[in-house]
Amino acid sequence: MIPAELADRLRGEHPDVVLARGELTVLVGRDELLDLLAELRDADDLSFDLLSSVTATDWPGREPRYWVSYELYSVTHVHRVRVKVGLPEDDPRLPSATSLFPTADWHERETYDFYGIVFDGHPDLRRILLPDGWEGHPLRKTEELGGVNTRFKGAFIPPVDRRTS
Amino acid sequence: MSREAPPGLGSPDPMSTEEPRQETMIINMGPQHPSTHGVLRLLLELDGETLVSCEPIIGYLHTGIEKNCEYRSWMQAIAFVTRADYLAPFHNELAYCLAVERLLGIEAPPRAQVLRVLFSELNRISSHLVWLATGGLELGAVSVMLYGFREREMVLDIFEMATGLRMNHAYIRIGGVVMDLPPGATEKIADLLGVLPGRIKEYEDLLAKNPIWIERNAGVGVLAAADAIALGVTGPMLRASGIAKDVRRDEPYCGYETYEFDVITREAADCYARFEIRLEEMRQSLRIVEQCLDRLEEPGPVMVEDPKVRWPAQLEVGPDGIGNSPAYVKHIMEESMEALIHHFKMVTEGVKVPEGEVYQVVESPRGELGMYVVSDGEHRPYRVKIRDPSFVNLQAVPTMANGGLIADAIAVIASVDPVMGGVDR
Repeated sequence: MIPAELADRLRGEHPDVVLARGELTVLVGRDELLDLLAELRDADDLSFDLLSSVTATDWPGREPRYWVSYELYSVTHVHRVRVKVGLPEDDPRLPSATSLFPTADWHERETYDFYGIVFDGHPDLRRILLPDGWEGHPLRKTEELGGVNTRFKGAFIPPVDRRTS
Repeated sequence: MSREAPPGLGSPDPMSTEEPRQETMIINMGPQHPSTHGVLRLLLELDGETLVSCEPIIGYLHTGIEKNCEYRSWMQAIAFVTRADYLAPFHNELAYCLAVERLLGIEAPPRAQVLRVLFSELNRISSHLVWLATGGLELGAVSVMLYGFREREMVLDIFEMATGLRMNHAYIRIGGVVMDLPPGATEKIADLLGVLPGRIKEYEDLLAKNPIWIERNAGVGVLAAADAIALGVTGPMLRASGIAKDVRRDEPYCGYETYEFDVITREAADCYARFEIRLEEMRQSLRIVEQCLDRLEEPGPVMVEDPKVRWPAQLEVGPDGIGNSPAYVKHIMEESMEALIHHFKMVTEGVKVPEGEVYQVVESPRGELGMYVVSDGEHRPYRVKIRDPSFVNLQAVPTMANGGLIADAIAVIASVDPVMGGVDR
């Protein structure tokens, strides 16, 4: 289906459908997320069977602060849709999609690693790219680019942007 | 004087008739291991030679490319994303630039599109050659390693001639490409077109009927189509499972719909099928390169005209890569104050991109490479997410390798062809 047809098809049940730059985005609350993903995957005319990517964006000072987005693709029908869930700053958690899409496993771990967003029901929610003992979630906008102190011959070397000499 | 055996040794009694203990052994393979295709670490649980379970552990090459992009101008970010999957730099640049162009609502001129396709396909060949070389080495076919790198060097020579660099070129830019091909480049590419088909045939003769190669690859690492889709696997791996998904054909970009090429599929879904597919894909890429050369006979601009988008300087390849041409430097330093101001604004601030988000996919040598780019209307990207195919495909390794021999795990990883720069970003 072309994006405009898809938008009409989805608008019936989900009022928040945005069509911009030829891409379709469905905005949904975290409670309805799994139902929507299951519907998108299982309905014959939609059959979004491949979850391409899961990630988040951080907008401090706005409500909701975090947006988690799912990029879905249909191998059968060759069309795409994005599902976005807004999450409040003080409670960034939502249900895990791993039961519907096994591939979500690493994507969700990465999102947790980078943004500290908790996926309830994920089988093994650990850091994936950063070391286990890392503090903080570096892709949040509140974390600076800078570096971390490095221990060298017993002394701490500050990161490049904080060196005074 | 009687000597006691140190604790732990001497038991169990080698002459004991008791049943052997039902224990598995946990072994770390990597991150520094010649057979893991880069800094990939695998936690293996072994029962003798059989793999009970395995867990890929990644992150050893994490360089924070996505975070870095948020602190650079739109143009500078190209130099970061190109370093993600370092064997497919043109594809990274292309996906990012196409995404930004869609946000800007512009399109590169036709000749730039042809050059983009040309370099994408040459890059696919060079990447598959590295896969052949390292994959062969990992399975003990050392001569293939030498051949693969030898031919890859020919492709990299073309890259060096056109962009000044062998890797991480930052050649594809927002609105087009940096510069047109230098004199002599098309002849060099034509030479390559003359040589490579014979060489690919040579690899095929060397490996396709080689009993050891077949023994190590055929029937190993089978991934059924349904599993592949559920695990998000794309690219040659998915096509080896019989599903003809290719972004170039399904969601064409840069005019791919006007080129003639076949999407190669196999039904066997094993490591050998992936080998066949990659060999055949190199041939298809050569076909596309040939069509590109025909289209390049027509001259034209390679960058959009809009001075608010295009890089202000005339660039040329110097001994240390791409740089401002001496004539241009003279122009802004001695002749035109306006040109200097414009140059300063474009270099320090650069292009301003309207608010919005796009997810742009291209077909990289490893599968669907996606760039999710978000702009808040400023001079820097607000978010650049690289959906790297290696990252996703690697997740399928336990499904393919568990229950097989430990030696088969090596063949499985080689057939995934993960590039850790892309996996860890």
